[in-house]
Amino acid sequence: MSATETSLKPYSREWLLSDRPTSRKQARFGRAYIVWRRFAENRLALLGLAIIVLLLVVAAFADVLAPHNPVQGDLRNSRLLPLGSPGYLLGTDDQGRDILSRLLYGSRLTLLVVVLVAIIAAPIGLIVGTVSGYAGGWVDAVLMRITDIFLAFPKLVLALALVAALGPGIENAILAIAVTSWPPYARIARAETMTFRNSEFISAVKLMGASPFRIVLRHVMPLCLSSLIVRVTLDMAGIILTAAGLGFLGLGAQPPLPEWGAMIASGRRFILDQWWVAAMPGFAILIVSLGFNLLGDGLRDALDPKEAGQ
Amino acid sequence: MTLPETSVATRRNRRRASSALASVLRFAVTVVTTIFGLLVVTFFIGRVIPIDPVLAIVGDRAPAHLVERTRIELGLNLPLYQQFVIYTKQALSGDLGTSVLTSNPVLEDIKRVFPATMELATIGTLIGATLGIPLGVLAAVRRGSIADQIVRVIGLIGYSVPIFWLGLLSLLLFYAQLRWAAFPGRVDIVYEYSFTPKTGFYLLDATMQGQWDVVWDLFRHIALPGALLGYFSLAYISRMTRSFMLNELSQEYVVAARAKGLSETRIIWFHALRNAGVPLVTVIALSYANLLEGSVLTETIFSWPGLGLYITNSLQNADMNAVLGGTLVIGAVFVGINIFSDLLYRTLDPRTRSR
Repeated sequence: MSATETSLKPYSREWLLSDRPTSRKQARFGRAYIVWRRFAENRLALLGLAIIVLLLVVAAFADVLAPHNPVQGDLRNSRLLPLGSPGYLLGTDDQGRDILSRLLYGSRLTLLVVVLVAIIAAPIGLIVGTVSGYAGGWVDAVLMRITDIFLAFPKLVLALALVAALGPGIENAILAIAVTSWPPYARIARAETMTFRNSEFISAVKLMGASPFRIVLRHVMPLCLSSLIVRVTLDMAGIILTAAGLGFLGLGAQPPLPEWGAMIASGRRFILDQWWVAAMPGFAILIVSLGFNLLGDGLRDALDPKEAGQ
Repeated sequence: MTLPETSVATRRNRRRASSALASVLRFAVTVVTTIFGLLVVTFFIGRVIPIDPVLAIVGDRAPAHLVERTRIELGLNLPLYQQFVIYTKQALSGDLGTSVLTSNPVLEDIKRVFPATMELATIGTLIGATLGIPLGVLAAVRRGSIADQIVRVIGLIGYSVPIFWLGLLSLLLFYAQLRWAAFPGRVDIVYEYSFTPKTGFYLLDATMQGQWDVVWDLFRHIALPGALLGYFSLAYISRMTRSFMLNELSQEYVVAARAKGLSETRIIWFHALRNAGVPLVTVIALSYANLLEGSVLTETIFSWPGLGLYITNSLQNADMNAVLGGTLVIGAVFVGINIFSDLLYRTLDPRTRSR
């Protein structure tokens, strides 16, 4: 292997860590590798990543993994069986449904809520924030006033009122959570935009005749992404908890959907004698939101070393 | 001719006064627009409800002329902007409509239930601050140690656990199994009539009246929901304290204090914490506001007769006036707390004062 002296083997450690990348691809991969190494140093962050990967796998293969039907149970033989019953590892609920199967299927609903809220809220926040920060002046004043108004409401209470108005259901719950989630993203994107609005590369692009639209879309937004991703990941736990809270109050997913919050609500009646019916979905919520929190913390430390350890 | 010294000073003072006036004005504009925005949002939520308010009153078998008359009485025939003007006028004069469920004016209801929520949130914040600040300081001082990790995990679980679930489990353990806590509610039915609250803050009232058996009973009721909210407050406060303290401990004045030979305890608790205390005040105020929100779910679990329970009960009964009134009040209190913490921050931190 004489070639290694002059040109490094692609995708090797040295190639990735080279401080003189020869191609754009090498530079990008190298940066990603450094971020990953910083991320992987943090064991708790890796644990968080593992939990989220597990969630994705479970959601994808819920129909293969689940031993029973999640919505229809055996009412005659299997009502309120305790933990560890043969065939029903986590017991059954009052309608004879296997709790484990319901939890596995419920992961799909959780993922749906989180992904949809992120898809709706993050772009809104990004657009409002970058436009506001780049335009300045009265556009900024108006947009930020609107953002402040939404920030003034406590999230859960506003979501409650919205769902009460729109009618209960998982779609409306998602919409309500998304409406309450975007303002912090707008604030972050605006703050980021302000820091490089007057920097030289923006002036250069402007001199080359780029329209404000192009500048915001191609040059400002990409730079806001990393802090936005961190914030969205950190918010995911909150989104899950709000969705579960709405489900618990009967305003989120409707029966017989195996939504975790709603499962806790239905298990509440038997909490004294059959505690596991309400307890198990709570553990699922706790583990998944912990996963997102750990992942978000790890991402923040890896992408933004300034804040590491704070 | 040069201006006399005094004239320069007065001009400077005048400029200072005008900039202070400008900042007060800007502040007032912020408050007014935010309150206005709150009204717009609740108004529009009230307009999109699928329940027809007219049919809710007259019933779906009412004759057409009655439906029409009610519609006019409710002002629903007017253009939307006129309806909004009327809504704003009413809301600002304290008329939030009548609750269908209790048939009281919504504001009356809220006045009655709000002290319960505030009492709970106050206890929660007290617990959170008295435990959270020392834990945060400890984590910052022993950065990277086992203690730091434990505080971090406690905080992370606080951020990740569904509050209503933890409430249910704690009831199961402390009420059903151990019999330490009292049955959900605010006070035992035995005392409901022997004890007349004055301010609505029961713990305060009972203490002032010297009814110690009532105080004990109240304590047994508030202990569990208060501790639960306290835990959430602790998670937030300890995390922020740690972060502020790490920042302060890396400042040069700490090095100077060490070089001067001050004891580490004195540096941490007298110098660093005092500087970290300024942003901490904001954090504590924010945590108080968050607990008002957290009380919605906690109150339903513990049958705590506060604003949260009032809103959720009204929700279950499609009582939109009550829901929107409650939402508006919580929003307004939120704004109020934010303003208060902002003012406090300005007063405490001389650096933020305008020159």
